[in-house]
Amino acid sequence: MPNIEEIGQELAKKLPKYDAEYIEVRLEESQTGNISYRGKKLEAVTRSASVGGNVRALVKGGGWGFVSFNSLEDLPKRIEAAIKQARFVKGEAIKLAEVKPVSDTVLADKTNSPMAVSLTEKKELLDGYNNIIWSTKGIQTSSIGYGDGQRKTVFLNSAGSFIVQERIDVNMRLNAVAAKDGDVQQAGVSLGSRGNFAAVRGLDKKAKEIAELAVEMLAAPQVKGGEYTVVLDPVLAGVFVHEAFGHLSEADFVYENEQVRQLMKLGKVFGGKELNIVDGAAVPGLRGSFKYDDEGTPATKTYLIREGKLTGRLHSRETAAKMGEPPSGNARAISYRFPPIVRMTNTYIEPRSASFQDIIADVKEGVYVKNWYGGTTSMEMFTFSAGEAYMIRNGKLAETVRPVVLTGNVFNTLKNIDAIGNDLDFNQGGGCGKAGQSPLPVSNGSAHIRIQHCLLGGK
Amino acid sequence: MEEILAKAKKVAQEAEVFLVSSEETSVQFEANRLKHVQSRQSQAVSLRVIKNGRIGYASSTTTENSQELVNMAVETAQFGQKAEFEFPSPTAYKGVRIFDASVAKVSPETMTGLGEKMISTVRKGTPGLLCEGGVGRSTTTVSIMNSRGGQASYKESHFSLGIEGQLVRDTDMLFVGDSQSSCRPILETSEVTGIILKQLEYARTQAPVATKPMPVIFTTQGVASALVSPLMAAFNGKTVLEGASPIGSKLGQLVFDKRFSLRDDPLVSYRPSSRPCDDEGVPSQRTPLVTRGVISNFLYDLQTAGLAKTKSTGNGSRGRGALPAPSPSAFIITPGKTTFDEMVSDIKEGLVVEQLMGATQGNVLGGDFSGNLLLGYKIENGKIVGRVKDTMVSGNIYKLLKDIAAIGSESRWEGSFLNTPPIYLTNVSVAS
Repeated sequence: MPNIEEIGQELAKKLPKYDAEYIEVRLEESQTGNISYRGKKLEAVTRSASVGGNVRALVKGGGWGFVSFNSLEDLPKRIEAAIKQARFVKGEAIKLAEVKPVSDTVLADKTNSPMAVSLTEKKELLDGYNNIIWSTKGIQTSSIGYGDGQRKTVFLNSAGSFIVQERIDVNMRLNAVAAKDGDVQQAGVSLGSRGNFAAVRGLDKKAKEIAELAVEMLAAPQVKGGEYTVVLDPVLAGVFVHEAFGHLSEADFVYENEQVRQLMKLGKVFGGKELNIVDGAAVPGLRGSFKYDDEGTPATKTYLIREGKLTGRLHSRETAAKMGEPPSGNARAISYRFPPIVRMTNTYIEPRSASFQDIIADVKEGVYVKNWYGGTTSMEMFTFSAGEAYMIRNGKLAETVRPVVLTGNVFNTLKNIDAIGNDLDFNQGGGCGKAGQSPLPVSNGSAHIRIQHCLLGGK
Repeated sequence: MEEILAKAKKVAQEAEVFLVSSEETSVQFEANRLKHVQSRQSQAVSLRVIKNGRIGYASSTTTENSQELVNMAVETAQFGQKAEFEFPSPTAYKGVRIFDASVAKVSPETMTGLGEKMISTVRKGTPGLLCEGGVGRSTTTVSIMNSRGGQASYKESHFSLGIEGQLVRDTDMLFVGDSQSSCRPILETSEVTGIILKQLEYARTQAPVATKPMPVIFTTQGVASALVSPLMAAFNGKTVLEGASPIGSKLGQLVFDKRFSLRDDPLVSYRPSSRPCDDEGVPSQRTPLVTRGVISNFLYDLQTAGLAKTKSTGNGSRGRGALPAPSPSAFIITPGKTTFDEMVSDIKEGLVVEQLMGATQGNVLGGDFSGNLLLGYKIENGKIVGRVKDTMVSGNIYKLLKDIAAIGSESRWEGSFLNTPPIYLTNVSVAS
């Protein structure tokens, strides 16, 4: 393996000499491992190693040039190519918000690293979960996906920053499939952590629960499509806040669109007085946590909504400069193959005082939705889907129903949140996709919340 | 490659090396203007070994550390699945035209011109439309070599263009868009812009819709966003082998409407999904999946075929850094005789679905789809009367495709994976 730190140090001396407004170089090396099960058997064990990098350049009167590569030979040639591409773009000058140059090395915490756990031990753990799923009557098949990896990035720019960062990730999804008379139902759980293998241990009970739920859902009815009072568990409420509001607060959607800028003026009311929404990589210990983003900007914690009003948004250096707001450290790239774009990190609704019992107590007929399959947004309208659903009748949890897809409109749905619980929890099992860059490690969270007039798809 | 194969053969009984490299250039537009020029050089090599009957696998971005790659693959082989196949021996491949040298010669100036033309065309009648999009070209080289002497190598060119427009009026946001791809240069932008202009026209006003079942026309984009994912999962040989495919036990049986036919086809000239062989070196073939409503085949790679005691259909496909798995090359739904306009005029009260957002988040395996109507229109008395919003459209493909009202005559490619005409279904659940 070439030493990317040394290569970076050599390049750092040369960067100021080029005729460009701004140049940054990212070099990266990573190792990943995956184990997958389909059915009773282990299906695949794979390992991979990757080395690559990119150069991004900006010139006066031009635009962005971007070059990515796997071969680390003749990097000055790549830098020249990026500058040439930047010159090709003619137009309005692009400005970047000021960020103080830093030299820093951020090493990963390796105390509980998955990289130190043997393949034999990982396999034993996963075998255990799979056996539990299969011991449930009515299970047709199962699937398990486990992945871990460590990555080291070297970031340097023409302003003099030189940042080395390591990160370790681990993630797992358990999925149980039940089938009867041509009908197929599935239930699953996703988990992840920034490098702590303990996050995927001790899940025997969870494995049992999803298997039983998949079987139970075969006999469950489907709700009728329409508007309901819904109560979301913290995991699904996390997915909700990510889709319903998080993406809209990404400034790259706002900064060049005059209508959207008007629509998203700071101070605009989006929700009730109880609603606070936060995003921040500076919130420690979560999957979306880091010290510097992929433009070398230090991580922050940003209140997107405070007491129902829009108070901040997520920025790259470019969007921050254009909007005259402080850079928030949200420029992220999934790997060296892509330029950094504005992304979320750890996004959550701050907890309030209601207990779960308080929240469901006065619901005459509603749906309690838990866990997630996925979510997506078009900024104004969004959908997200539950992994489990139960009717609420006269203030009590009632029968299991089939999982539902929920939808909403950001300009109404946040205002329809009328209860926020006291039990903040995070969903660390998801990955976010945007502009072809997926899955980016993020976390999202909330306490239990209740939404009035939420539209559900159904029969 | 030879060196990796030689080293692997010393420590494992069988081995296969897969190398893919590509060069890509694109121009990208943001807020109606050129913003980025990007180029990418990439390479990935992967090694699959069979040691003591078990499969091991490793991949890397470089061929230089060949011993490390071999060691990683051998390590994983201790735990890997038992191999139920043999690597293909030397084979002659059918020629399929997927390379056009003129793609690499399209200049960034020409690509920029195409992007600017698309943007100015769609903004002409709608100056408030804010467009982003891109024009890109790439060349990819794939080589496969195995210890049984099997060998395949091909070069593929790729050209694509597309734009998306957003129109924001107060809190109302409209998104329109289309794209096109080919192995040859696309120098004519009117197909893409024509579709976007139609979308803008249909969505000019808004229309309310009632909560009840109604007839729905899925356009090519609509079929792609709602109906195809369940089919792709159901015809995957792995899903069938596990007994999790609702049609797995129905080979030879009538499951869909008699007018519904579907095939997988990697042999269409100049399509980005075409190729002489799959990612395991198995020759490409056309595979009928549904013939006039009857289930006729499932899709297999070598290992899944071995487990299912059948033959690979040449559908072994590798994601980045992953073992081959069955995957369609391109789904082609046979067109019917009804035009889109005829479908619309047949409906008293119904919907046109262009984009169903999040439709594949539910129980895809069971055939369910349920999504928010991101782009769709109301039909009243045989005419499109405006855009419908804040509406969920749901259904189950096994129920809906059993009785199709009409299959369209106008087929289009959506991305590189689907070619379909519009499909007109009755009794689809709509909630608003």
